[in-house]
Amino acid sequence: MLTAERETASQPLRRRQAQLWRLCRRHPTMLCGLTLLAAMVFVALAAPYLATSDPLELNPIDRLRPPSANHWFGTDMLGRDIYSRTVYGSRISLIVGLCVALLSLAAGLVIGLISGYNRHVDAVVMRIMDGLMAIPAILLAIALIALVSASVHNVIIALTIPEIPRVVRLVRSVVLSLREQAFVEASIATGASVLRVLGRHIMPNTLAPLIVQGTYICASAVIFEAYLSFLGAGTPPEIPSWGNIMAEGRTYMQLAFWIILFPGLFLALTVLAINLVGDGLRDTLDPKLARRM
Amino acid sequence: MGTYLLRRLLATIPVMGVVALFVFALLHLTPGDPAAVIAGDYASPADVERIRHQLGLDKPLHTQLGIWLWHVVRGDLGTSIFSGLPVTKLIAQRMEPTLALTVATMTIAVVVAVPLGILAAWKAGTWIDRLVMVFAVLGFSIPVFWLGFLFIYGFSIRLELLPVQGYVSFKKGLLPFLKHLVLPSLTLGMVYMALIARMTRGQHAGVLREDYVRTAYAKGLKAGAVLLRHALKNAALPIVTIIGIGVALLIGGVVVTESVFAIPGLGRLTVDAVLHRDYPVIQGIILVFSGVYVLINLGVDIVYTLLDPRIRY
Repeated sequence: MLTAERETASQPLRRRQAQLWRLCRRHPTMLCGLTLLAAMVFVALAAPYLATSDPLELNPIDRLRPPSANHWFGTDMLGRDIYSRTVYGSRISLIVGLCVALLSLAAGLVIGLISGYNRHVDAVVMRIMDGLMAIPAILLAIALIALVSASVHNVIIALTIPEIPRVVRLVRSVVLSLREQAFVEASIATGASVLRVLGRHIMPNTLAPLIVQGTYICASAVIFEAYLSFLGAGTPPEIPSWGNIMAEGRTYMQLAFWIILFPGLFLALTVLAINLVGDGLRDTLDPKLARRM
Repeated sequence: MGTYLLRRLLATIPVMGVVALFVFALLHLTPGDPAAVIAGDYASPADVERIRHQLGLDKPLHTQLGIWLWHVVRGDLGTSIFSGLPVTKLIAQRMEPTLALTVATMTIAVVVAVPLGILAAWKAGTWIDRLVMVFAVLGFSIPVFWLGFLFIYGFSIRLELLPVQGYVSFKKGLLPFLKHLVLPSLTLGMVYMALIARMTRGQHAGVLREDYVRTAYAKGLKAGAVLLRHALKNAALPIVTIIGIGVALLIGGVVVTESVFAIPGLGRLTVDAVLHRDYPVIQGIILVFSGVYVLINLGVDIVYTLLDPRIRY
């Protein structure tokens, strides 16, 4: 049963790959985004090999040195190498972005499917979601962080919660529009269980908009992680992340602008890459949305 | 229209109710004892007890909720643990800089982004269009605080054109007030501009393909008249919506921007409250910001009905 399903699934998959390739040629910006993103992932994975020194190593003699052959991006007020810290910082950003996107999509998908299918649950869930959406995301995240100790996984949870309502709304709208369709009614008429109808007929139709939404969530999570760390309510200072490297550098802005310049540049490029990929995916996977934007 | 307004107004009550419940629950969602969390790591048991009593945390939960809601409805948001001042007073004190910053930002963003979007839609497919769209993607991607630092470094430290940071009230003169506001509102406005430009372009491009636009051109109207009088009117609705939705973005950005430019507004109050674990202040700020957001979206809905005579409820 499983293998049979996989075989039939691999056919459209190959077609998808061909589609993706054509897409990249037609949307050079998406190819740019993918390349940039791949480069960032490589930097994150190979951080121990790419870094020129220990990102935590203090070197008081070489404080606040401008970029040079020894320290490509200069050093900070404790003599730590900004290049190595920036390279390691990519790990936190990408992990947070990926985890927040996956967790909020998963939670939003489950809640949205149930809510779209059951009117009674829907009434309650949507009230809660409306309320959560009224709270600005970054404030909600800051407030959650203030309660628990600052750590990477608390940051992930704090950034996931504000994103869930938007995913729920998206999934729910797809379910509502499909519920009245003939193929869903036919499936119910043949005696399919609720789980089968949702899992087999409705869920696959939510995937395309979800993937698009996921890339945007990922991009905003990367930015928000940096905001939180910058404000002192995110990744703890002993772990180098782009946000807290910049927070440490702000006092020395007039003397050593490179402490802020380079991590910020990496942050901007990463977010740009994810957004470009998202725009490309949206144009192909979700033409209706693309026309609206 | 009257009943619609009333219905729309009533619909905000459950939303704010959920917000209030959530804000109340925040303190009790913490793993461990909220009084101990607020007191911090170095508090003595006596301190913890004092805070527990001060916040009424020694009463049963439903009584606490009742008391808290009753106070909120009457406009009492509690007392700051850190400064001992009423939260409403703290928020009122910090309101002016934040209001000035957001109004300046929205003005700049709308004035710049709407014409850019129209231009891009009009010249769709040309290099002008591409340039505007590149700007829009960049605006989304560049982190607010980094942009702020770039501006400060370029305009204030290197060129020495504008003040590095801080805020001067308009009561002390219009010029210093505006000088201090230029960089923060440009910084904060970038994302908003990107959003509005993109939305305006999308809407306008759709409308420009309509028959009546072709008719307008055919009867010899100039491009300017068609673009503004015929097309913009019909593209205006979604643009107004996005301006409303964008307010949430703006509120988030305020926190960071005020921190970068050392503006003593609500954003700074938030950050300070978080760093001091001043929970009554955090709760108050969330309630106020969410209330503003709900009210603005209510306003947007009302503007909707005014702008589009086809919408009748």
